[in-house]
Amino acid sequence: MRKRSLLPIVYIFFLMLPIYWLVTMSFKTTNEILGGFSLFPQAFTLENYIKIFTDSTWYNGYINSIIYVVINTLLSVSVALPAAYAFSRYRFLGDKHLFFWLLTNRMAPAAVFALPFLQLYSAVGLFDTHIAVALAHTLFNVPLAVWILEGFMSGVPKELDETAYVDGYSFPRFFVKIFIPTIAAGIGVACFFCFMFSWVEMLLAKTLTSVDAKPIVATMTRTASTSGYELGLLAAAGTLTIIPGAFVIYFVRNYIAKGFALGRV
Amino acid sequence: MTLELRHVTKTVGAATHIHETSLVLDEGSFNVLLGTTLAGKTTLLQLMAGLDRPSSGEVWFRGANVTGVAVQKRNVSMVYQQFINYPHLSVYENIASPLKVAGMDRAEIDRRVGSVSELLRLQPMLQRRPSELSGGQQQRTAIARALVKDSDLVLLDEPLANLDYKLREELRDELPRLFAGRRCIVVYATTEPTEALLFGGNTATLFEGRITQFGQTGDIYRKPKDLVSAEVFSDPPLNMAPVTKTGNRIELSNGIGWMVGPNFARLPDGKYTWAIRAHHITPFQQAADLATVDGKVLLAELTGSDSVLHFDLNGATWISQSHGVHPFDVGATARLYIDVARSFLFGQDGKLVGGSE
Repeated sequence: MRKRSLLPIVYIFFLMLPIYWLVTMSFKTTNEILGGFSLFPQAFTLENYIKIFTDSTWYNGYINSIIYVVINTLLSVSVALPAAYAFSRYRFLGDKHLFFWLLTNRMAPAAVFALPFLQLYSAVGLFDTHIAVALAHTLFNVPLAVWILEGFMSGVPKELDETAYVDGYSFPRFFVKIFIPTIAAGIGVACFFCFMFSWVEMLLAKTLTSVDAKPIVATMTRTASTSGYELGLLAAAGTLTIIPGAFVIYFVRNYIAKGFALGRV
Repeated sequence: MTLELRHVTKTVGAATHIHETSLVLDEGSFNVLLGTTLAGKTTLLQLMAGLDRPSSGEVWFRGANVTGVAVQKRNVSMVYQQFINYPHLSVYENIASPLKVAGMDRAEIDRRVGSVSELLRLQPMLQRRPSELSGGQQQRTAIARALVKDSDLVLLDEPLANLDYKLREELRDELPRLFAGRRCIVVYATTEPTEALLFGGNTATLFEGRITQFGQTGDIYRKPKDLVSAEVFSDPPLNMAPVTKTGNRIELSNGIGWMVGPNFARLPDGKYTWAIRAHHITPFQQAADLATVDGKVLLAELTGSDSVLHFDLNGATWISQSHGVHPFDVGATARLYIDVARSFLFGQDGKLVGGSE
């Protein structure tokens, strides 16, 4: 019993170590961090957090990120729902190729699209807006959401659709009242993945914004380069950046494995 | 006041799922679609319901052409083999859903759901979710939903196939009672000849997308029109053999043969296909003057009330089914008694020329 529990304990210890380090750093002053090695904050301070919540250049980063992430998640999932339904319920010319092609969109690095997007968005006046980042991220998230939702939808027998029609439901009414609640778990998982990818994506978000829609990840990298080392502040920002993801994952924790398998478990 | 399929066909790509079919089902009738898997039962049900459009031909209901009418506008209900219920709704809401969609008022919904759930003994679980019910209860919920709205046409697609033995027997007894006194047309698709016999009514035997015979269940069982219909309506499989008839004797080959009654004897001599259902071959003498054969036992199954014996006769596998427990050793030689009077004789074209059960 002892021996067997040793390995997981070691594993979890190493897993938690960087997070612990980040959190303790966020309660230290930059001088202490640079000064030497300490397991606990010697001079415990909330200064870093106070700075983030009072300085608009900092907290706006979070607000901007949350805005475009939410827009992107809603956009991706609502576009993916009908697409996934078509892929799961109908056979049409080239459906399998199209379905696979969707996924290949995820295979190119974001850097490939950074320049064309920047040029395009500047031309149509979308540069430095939340919608620009949200739209750019749909490039990755729509295919992902389609794949996840298709998996969940294919798990629902088409006889359910037929039963609903027989019962008198029109298609839109069936879709909203019966089908969406039936695959609610899948929608939750798709939302989570869209949220997560959009939240952690940095390159496009940074390229397509300058001031008004600057995301938190961009703010964090800026601080590291200009006004010297503000390590405590950065650690606090990092800690705060982890929280939304942890919060969202809580809601889909029971379905997350199915989501990673694109709904095909 | 009937449902009528007029020269209906269904093709998907190059494959023909339903060959030209015409069928008239009367109001208040119980009709069984009997056929193996992939015979086209589900396709035919979907065409009747309006979930699918025929490739050609028309569907008429109560004197009106309903071929292009959407399923929502026809008053039909359907029960599937899989227990299909709305997983996020309670049993009560599941049963009430067709009424709610139709815009019925609350009190009337309440009254109807109450009476149908009592009929199907679902009263204690009305507030539960379908996933919290046993398979039998889930299927009863689906049946309740099909019954609650007083449909003109109730389609049951192998509704008992996924249930375990005991529940199946139970629901099988309940079903005819549920439809008694209703005006609706019931169509019940099944792979099991036993179910068709239990329900009575009419039976249509279905084989490879074609209705081979339609009529009163008893008639079809006793006098199948052709070999295919007889095969579809036999479980265990029909015993068949090519025979040569001379006078009042039929012979398989190698001198194995037996005397036949006057109903066969008057037919012209020649080649025929002779067939008999498994329960007319028994390892004991159940009547006088039966033909006897000796077969090598290949497999002996005891199902409790029945013994099923697979034996080799003249190089082909034959099956005997009899009441009671009759154990045999595999490889032993068994003496079997054939009730030739209950056998069929089919012509070279597969049409029945003589015999009935």
